[in-house]
Amino acid sequence: MGYDPANPMADRITDIGPPHFEQFYPQVIKENKGKWLYHEILQPGVLVHVSETGAECYTVRVGSARLISIEQIRELCDIADAHCDGCLRFTTRNNVEFMVDSKDKVQPLLDDLASRGNKFPVGGTGACVSNCVHTQGWIHCHTPATDASGVVKAVMDEIFDHFVNMDLPAKVKLALACCLNMCGAVHCSDIAILGVHRKPPMIDHDAITGLCELPLAIASCPLGAVKPAKATNAKGEEVKSVTVNNDRCMFCGNCYTMCPAMPLADPDGDGIAILVGGKVSNAKSNPTFSKMVIPFLPNTPPRWPETVEAIKNILEVYAKDANQYERIGEWAERIGWEMFFETTGIPFTMKSIDDYRLAYDTWRTTTNFKFTSHCK
Amino acid sequence: MPKHDTPLMDELESGPWPSFVTDLKRQAETKPECWDILGQMELSFKDRITHWKHGGIVGVFGYGGGIVGRYSDSPKQFPGVAHFHTVRINQPSSKFYSTAKLRAICDLWEKYGSGMTNMHGSTGDMILLGTRTENLEPLFYDLTHDLNQDLGGSGSNLRTPACCLGTARCEWACYDTASICHHLTMHYQDEIHRPAFPYKFKFKFSGCPNDCVASIARSDFSVIGTWKDDIRIDQAAVQGYIKGEYKPNGGARTESKAFDMEADVLALCPTKCMRMKGDELQIDNSNCTRCMHCINMMPRALRPGKQQGATILCGAKAPILYGAQLATMIIPFIEINPDNEYEEVIEVIETIWDWWMENGKNRERLGETMQRVGLPTFLKVMDVTPIPQHIKIPRENPYVFWSDEEVPGGFERDIREFRKRHAQ
Repeated sequence: MGYDPANPMADRITDIGPPHFEQFYPQVIKENKGKWLYHEILQPGVLVHVSETGAECYTVRVGSARLISIEQIRELCDIADAHCDGCLRFTTRNNVEFMVDSKDKVQPLLDDLASRGNKFPVGGTGACVSNCVHTQGWIHCHTPATDASGVVKAVMDEIFDHFVNMDLPAKVKLALACCLNMCGAVHCSDIAILGVHRKPPMIDHDAITGLCELPLAIASCPLGAVKPAKATNAKGEEVKSVTVNNDRCMFCGNCYTMCPAMPLADPDGDGIAILVGGKVSNAKSNPTFSKMVIPFLPNTPPRWPETVEAIKNILEVYAKDANQYERIGEWAERIGWEMFFETTGIPFTMKSIDDYRLAYDTWRTTTNFKFTSHCK
Repeated sequence: MPKHDTPLMDELESGPWPSFVTDLKRQAETKPECWDILGQMELSFKDRITHWKHGGIVGVFGYGGGIVGRYSDSPKQFPGVAHFHTVRINQPSSKFYSTAKLRAICDLWEKYGSGMTNMHGSTGDMILLGTRTENLEPLFYDLTHDLNQDLGGSGSNLRTPACCLGTARCEWACYDTASICHHLTMHYQDEIHRPAFPYKFKFKFSGCPNDCVASIARSDFSVIGTWKDDIRIDQAAVQGYIKGEYKPNGGARTESKAFDMEADVLALCPTKCMRMKGDELQIDNSNCTRCMHCINMMPRALRPGKQQGATILCGAKAPILYGAQLATMIIPFIEINPDNEYEEVIEVIETIWDWWMENGKNRERLGETMQRVGLPTFLKVMDVTPIPQHIKIPRENPYVFWSDEEVPGGFERDIREFRKRHAQ
């Protein structure tokens, strides 16, 4: 049996969906679902959930690179087989969680994890830097303005202590998206690393006829910068193509998504913007978008020192200045964004002022502000 | 044996965070195409630009999504990644696995793919990263026949639904997120596998307003657990926190300053609806907006109320194209009822789809369609009565769109009759 290329539709199975989740629950979860009373973080990366039945579920949370091999997954399975009756789960933020039903099983699990080098860092709970959710970057994506896994590795190496300790004022959710499509939906993160382009698209007049629906390419531009135009291809033939009004381009890359003959990626044009102060939780303050505070840092593989430094700086100033339980955005709102720029030393430039749609909502329309060194 | 020199990638083998480079090299011992992944990645690090071509339409018969096509722009140099298609596999709700299941997936991917994965993609699928076109059908056959698994969504369709871990291991979940997520995933297999929408559509289920799956920020249809009655209080446990017997905030800080009920809870309550009367914590629940802060601070003492359900919000998206949107509150409270197979929720979903499929423009997310037509129009479509909860503030401009039938006498008037009384 098996797939028969001569008869591809034979005994085909479709639309069966994912397997039912319940069969994968650890026993203690199966028995106590819906009965949990409270939880507590015992140490960084180790939680206990206590049920009304008196049962306890101990969870050990382990950071992961997200981009992982089947060898790595098999090793995760070895650990879960040895300690967790063959069950484990992954979190939304790409951590792995091992669950056991008694406290005496925790230390052997931690010892096992620690014995495997740097592969399984225990942490990512409470007032820490979360695992950095991220996109594909240069490992798989066709539209990135920066890498993903490499930048994340470089950043997490340098702020590692904040992943394995709970020493920040509140949790800091870190995220990276390698272009403005934001597959990682980083737009509501405490600190967001965003790949950005800075050069308008080139137009491949030799290829555009076969590759693109011109009306779609034209309609793809939110600012009307793409117009129909006649052009000459390499053979000297006149072809229907498009032209780009470079002064109008905001480098979103949507035209390239729609038309492969309009590439805009560039080693010097592309780089990273830093956004801060977003959150999705409704606790204390409303969910809010991250704000762009650094419009551009260069792509400097393999370790992106400018980006790493910028994030370390923001984290250190926040750790020192913010009140306990205050998220980065809550801290910046309380002290005022002018003080945010003052205390972090991040340069404020014309690029820091919104000039896109709804920009007016971000302009200051009050005499209430603080005098900082910005007022000469 | 390494196939390419990778001095830049090698730099990422040091440091305390797990190294995907070390992992790739380990995998390359049995899956040599990983050397070409490393090689092409090294070239990208050197050139500071991607080396993947734009797009590529591949898939399995009968499905319009689930596989993302990808081709190297340097296939001669890196033949192992000449085709590098991604396979999205629909994850079990809340991402619980048995090792037997994971090992079976690893074996499948050893047979048909590069051996590299993402656990998981941003939307929630397991991502199998890198295979050739000719492997897709055999892989899909084994996936469905031997593993009892299916592909997730890609393109203009219902994307693979995702949820937090819900009541499985969280005391705050106000409904069983995994059950409804699984049920709707099964109910809408056609919508997941065959793109028929103006653009992508995402469901995300969070059990409480802490919103651990970022549902409010990134789903077109966001279901967030909430409650209608009073926060449950254990006054003895409140005293436990005040006396320092319990760690505040569930022990979220290694070295926390001493718990201060006034500063850390009462003063940070956004509605100031709580106070201490003697030793008793009092909550004016009618003024509580259920933000979760006090519950987060004192998990042993406070719990969500018992009359539980969910709030439905619509239209969140990332910035492309006209800016990011958070989801807008549409239905303040809905029961999440497994006994009638979530009939009420399904009705809301299908009302949205019927309208959006007709009115949404190509590549327009629901939130953008809502912005274009306005919230009043959307509420009419949804047959939802407008309430103050739908807005942050009342409108600030006076430009009301009155209709003909709302104004006595209607819009039709006679200018000559008017002129008889009002000379020009």
